[in-house]
Order: sequence, then structure tokens, then C-alpha cells
Amino acid sequence: MSDKTNVSRRRFIQGMGVAGLGAAFPGIWLGKPARASELRVGFIYVGSRDDYGYNQSHAAGARALRDLPGVTVLEEENVPETIAVQRTMESMINLDDVNLVFPTSFGYYDPHVLRVAGRNSNILFRHCGGLYEEGSHPENAGSYFGYIDECQYLNGIVAGHMTRSKRLGFIAARAIPQVLRNINAFTMGARSVDPDIRVQVIYTGDWHLPVREAEATNGLADQGVDVITCHVDSPMVIAETCEARGVYVCGYHADQSRLAPNRYLIGAEWKWETPYKRIVEDVMAGETPSRFLRGGLAEGFVQPSAYGSMVGDGARRQADEVKEKMMQGDFVIFEGPLNDNQGNTVIAEGESHEQRDTWLEQMDWLVEGVRD
Amino acid sequence: MEEQTDVLQEQLTGVAEALGWWGVPLAILAGAIRASTPFLFVALGECLTERSGRINLGLEGGLVMGALAGFAFSHITGNPWAGVLMAALVGSLMGLIHGVLCSLPRVNDIAVGIAIMLFGVGLAFYLGKPFIQESAPRLPAVPLGFWSSSGAVQSALSVNALFVIGVILAPLMVLFFRSTRWGLVVRMVGDNEEAARAAGYSPMRVRILATMVGSAMAGIGGAFLSLYYPGGWSEGLSSGQGLMAVALVIFARWHPVYCMLAALLFGAAGAIGPALQSVGVSWGYYLFNAAPYVLTLVIMIIACSRFRTLRGAPGELSVAR
Repeated sequence: MSDKTNVSRRRFIQGMGVAGLGAAFPGIWLGKPARASELRVGFIYVGSRDDYGYNQSHAAGARALRDLPGVTVLEEENVPETIAVQRTMESMINLDDVNLVFPTSFGYYDPHVLRVAGRNSNILFRHCGGLYEEGSHPENAGSYFGYIDECQYLNGIVAGHMTRSKRLGFIAARAIPQVLRNINAFTMGARSVDPDIRVQVIYTGDWHLPVREAEATNGLADQGVDVITCHVDSPMVIAETCEARGVYVCGYHADQSRLAPNRYLIGAEWKWETPYKRIVEDVMAGETPSRFLRGGLAEGFVQPSAYGSMVGDGARRQADEVKEKMMQGDFVIFEGPLNDNQGNTVIAEGESHEQRDTWLEQMDWLVEGVRD
Repeated sequence: MEEQTDVLQEQLTGVAEALGWWGVPLAILAGAIRASTPFLFVALGECLTERSGRINLGLEGGLVMGALAGFAFSHITGNPWAGVLMAALVGSLMGLIHGVLCSLPRVNDIAVGIAIMLFGVGLAFYLGKPFIQESAPRLPAVPLGFWSSSGAVQSALSVNALFVIGVILAPLMVLFFRSTRWGLVVRMVGDNEEAARAAGYSPMRVRILATMVGSAMAGIGGAFLSLYYPGGWSEGLSSGQGLMAVALVIFARWHPVYCMLAALLFGAAGAIGPALQSVGVSWGYYLFNAAPYVLTLVIMIIACSRFRTLRGAPGELSVAR
């Protein structure tokens, strides 16, 4: 062979090794261009960017950053909440020279973000939904989140007016504090209309399981539930199944009215561009952005969808009224006396927890009226 | 006053419509009908391929590619059946790649299958980006529950034509293997390559064809996912159903009718978790959601024997040799 091609086996192996290294680490030989003046922002999503849901809402926020001068946005989608996200963050930092990382899924924070942030103290990390602990967490980490339970409370009011069977359904991915807070706010909104209303919760077990979400929607509809809302990453299948089964749906994460034109009552939507712009502007101005950035309707972090045409005047009136109070900052959702569904008092009479109270971010109870 | 009685009337019918505990068996039946079709098609396809002596683990790739192709074509042409046809075509193409690669000397079919699976899934995700937000015309359902006034029963018994085709296909495949010439050739190639050669058949050609047809069926199963239930194209659509269906074939002992029963069982088991939660059984939902897998293990343990190898396994299968 070698006298035909003049390539010895040793030469061949050396060449293949170099080629393999080049393929494994692209850019290793490109050199690093000077990127001193610009801010490079990395976004990491757990699902696909256009899922009619959580990841789409974040991608919309990322798109808003693109228009800012001097900002470059990098995105990676479908990154699971495992060691894979550590690799993604490391490669964004080491290969793409990212200075600000937004890992957007709940499960990324502990331990993955904390570990990578500890190793890269010159890079800024702002995680969506984690709870920053002064002292024990690295200084360059922090979190932002929106009080979407305010919108879920409004969802609950509209659902409470529209239900006839007095039975509502909530399809939840996992029993984490943010999900429980939404279930509670939705239930309390509905029971402010009629205290006889019950909310049935179904946990699917993970953020994106289309077949099981469809099964859960059908199961609830079979049980006479006539308004369904959810907290899963992509409410697409749930909205479409609700339309097919003729039950009302309250949206979540983004506007799904196009998927259920005759059944979409209202929805709870994120407006992530507000916190993203604020964080990036802080960094560009040379300041450290807040490690605990939070906001609700008043701050423009969240917004309700437009009402569906089938929503009655009574529902609109009450929801608008409460929304107005929330915008003014004088509406407290979690106010005593409040019992959980086991009959224990969780908030005593006269006590109240306003939105910024971090006690609410450690919620592990479900309010009276929820069946789980 | 009249308004009040109206409201009361509505509430009463609301309660009557709610099925309570009867909802659980109904949901399991409905789940078997709704969710089993992809399992059914992939398992029947794999059954054919394995009977010819080759394992195609790449059916998950064929399934996901089929789901995308079906959805995209239904969206573009406006005809869901054109989508199903396209899904079968794309599936058979994936099968062709697998079949040809495995016909090269000293190529392991399991390794190629895994490569095809990753390739198909990756390619579908890449090509599918523009279709996530779109909607496509769905396959129609046959309302077999028309006799009932209950919305739940009507919904449970609205059966898709593909499910019916799959259920009819299973006994037809038994007939095909048992009493047709082509079926005999497939079995012979699968059981003893030498004999097939001696009889003048090319094992390679038969296997490539069997893999193509099997993969086309996986494509149709994928089209069911994106065009009927749960519907829509998204990246989590299959979440491993193609792989589970391949395992199903071993558990069904390479028999098409058992494949069908196993597929129904898997569909039903998947519905247990949500159905129990909707009537208020809240404990252990992770456990109920794992029911299909636990079921597989239990049946495998019951069915296994230390006195013989897998009964019904084609002799040329690389795992049986």
C-alpha cells in the first residue's frame, strides 16, 4: 500500500489524530479575536425555542436583547438539567467568550450553575427562578424571576366565572415551589368567585411529555372538569386537546389563543425582556445587577393574555378590578387566615406575605380546595 | 328563580357526566386505543425485520422522521393521508440505509441501528425547526361512541383509521408468515441463511426489503403521533416510544398478534397514572407512570426459563446466535 500512495501507516495515524483533534475542538486554531468592547450573552434552554411555552417566552426575551448595540446573543436549546448543562456553560465560556450566562431552567441552578460559577469567578451568572443565598453561593451568581402567580390568580377568577361544574383542573409537571405557588394562586382566584370550587391537580412528572399531558387533559375532561390550566413547558398539546374536548383552557407561559380559538379564556404570559434588558443595562453601565431581581404585573415582568370572546362581563369586571389593584401594589394574594388542604393553618389571621417575601419561594403546601 | 334552577340543572348534569371511579377503566381502555397505535406499527414493523434475521434499533429514527415528514406534508398539501404516505416513504428510506449498511461485510446491525436512530432523530430536529409552530390538518376519527350520550365515552371510542388498520394488519401478518410464499421466504432467510441460499434466494435482498417495509411502518406510526394523538410536531413527541416498541417484539416472541396485544397493554399502562390522579389518587404518581416499564420487567421474568433459549427467536438473529 505505502509504495502506491507514499503514506506510511504511522503518517496516516498522525494525520488522522490531528484531524480528529481539530474536529473535536473546532476553533482551537482560529485564535481569539478581540472582543473587549462587546457583551456576549449566552442563553440556555431546556426545550426547543418555539414551543408555544416557557422556552419560547425566554427566546422572545433574548431576541429583544439582540437589538441593543454592543450585545451579542448566543443560544443553545434542548439542554437537559444534568451534567450536560455544565458542559454547555463551560463551552460557552471557553469557546465563545460569553461574559453573561442566562441558564433558564429551574433544575440548572443547584448544583450545576453553582459549580460552574464557582470555577469561573469572572463570568456573571443570572439564573431564572433559583433562590440566591448570601454567603453560601458564589458571588457571581444570582437569579431573576417573575411573579406569574398574579396572572394565575386572574386566570382563576376568569375560570371561576366560566365553570359550570365547579371543578377545575391543573396539569402540573412537578411539585416544586413555583408550581405549587401557581396552583395556589389559581385556586384562590377561582374560590374568590365561588368558595365551592375545587381544583384537581395532575402531576405528569416532567416538563415536556406530550402524550401524558394529552392523557391528563382527557382524564380531567372525563371527570367533568370544564376549565383546565397548566404549568408544563409547552402547553401546546393541552390547549389543542381542550379545544377538541370542548373544555375551556387558561394559557400559561405564552399566548396559546391560536391553538384553541373557541376555548381560550385568558392566559398568564411572561415578559422576560424586562428583566433581561435591566440586567444587561446594569452590566453595560459597569454595575453589578441585582442578585435577587423580581417583579410582577406592576414591574412588567408578566402580563395576562387578551380575554377570549366567550368571557362574560362579570368575569372581565372582577379580573380587571383585581389587576388594577395589583398594578397599584395594594393586592396581597397570600393573606391570612389561610388553611392548606390538610386542614392546617399556614397563614394566621392578620398575617400576610407580600410578593417579595422569600418565604413564598419555599412553598411546600397546597391551599384548601385543591385535590392532588 | 328560573335562572337558579337552570344553574342547578347544569350542575346536576355536570355531576352525572363526571364518571367518578368508572373513569379509570374507561381511561385505560381509551388510553389503549389512543396511545397504542405508534407502538403497534413500530412493533409490527420490527417483527417483520427481525423475522428476516436482522435487528433494526433505528426504528426510533424512522418513527421521528416519519412524524416530521407526515406533519410537514400534511401541512403543505393539506391532506393528512398524503402525509401518512410520505411518512412511510421517508421511513422506508431510513430502512434502506440501515439495510444496505448492514449488508456490508462484518457490520453489526445493532451498532448501525443506534447510529440510524441518532441520525434520524437529529435530522428530524434540525429539519423540523420551522414546523414546530405550524398546524396541519389532522387525520379523521371514526366516532364509534355515537350510541352513548356521555362525552367521555364518545371521546374514548373515537377511533382513528390507522389504529383499525394496525389491528387488522396483525392477523394478516400471521397469515403472511404462515401461508404465503413471500412469508416463507422471509422466515427461511431469518432462520437459516444457508437454506435460503440453497433455495436460490438472496438473503441480502430479502433483508433489505424487510427492513425497508418495517421502517416504513415505523414512519406511519410516527405520522399517527404528529397527525392524530397527541398531535403537532415537537421535539419531545416520541420520547423513546420507538425503542420501547422494539423491546416489545422480544416480549411478544416475534408473533404479530402478541405484538398487537403488547402494544395495547403498553398504551393502557401509560394511561393509568393520569387516570388515577384525575379521580383523586395522588400518591405514587411516579410509580404509576412507570407502569409500562414495570410491566415489561414482570412479564419478562414470568416468561423466562433457564431450560431453553428465547422461544420463537429467528435463528439468524445476532442476539440469538
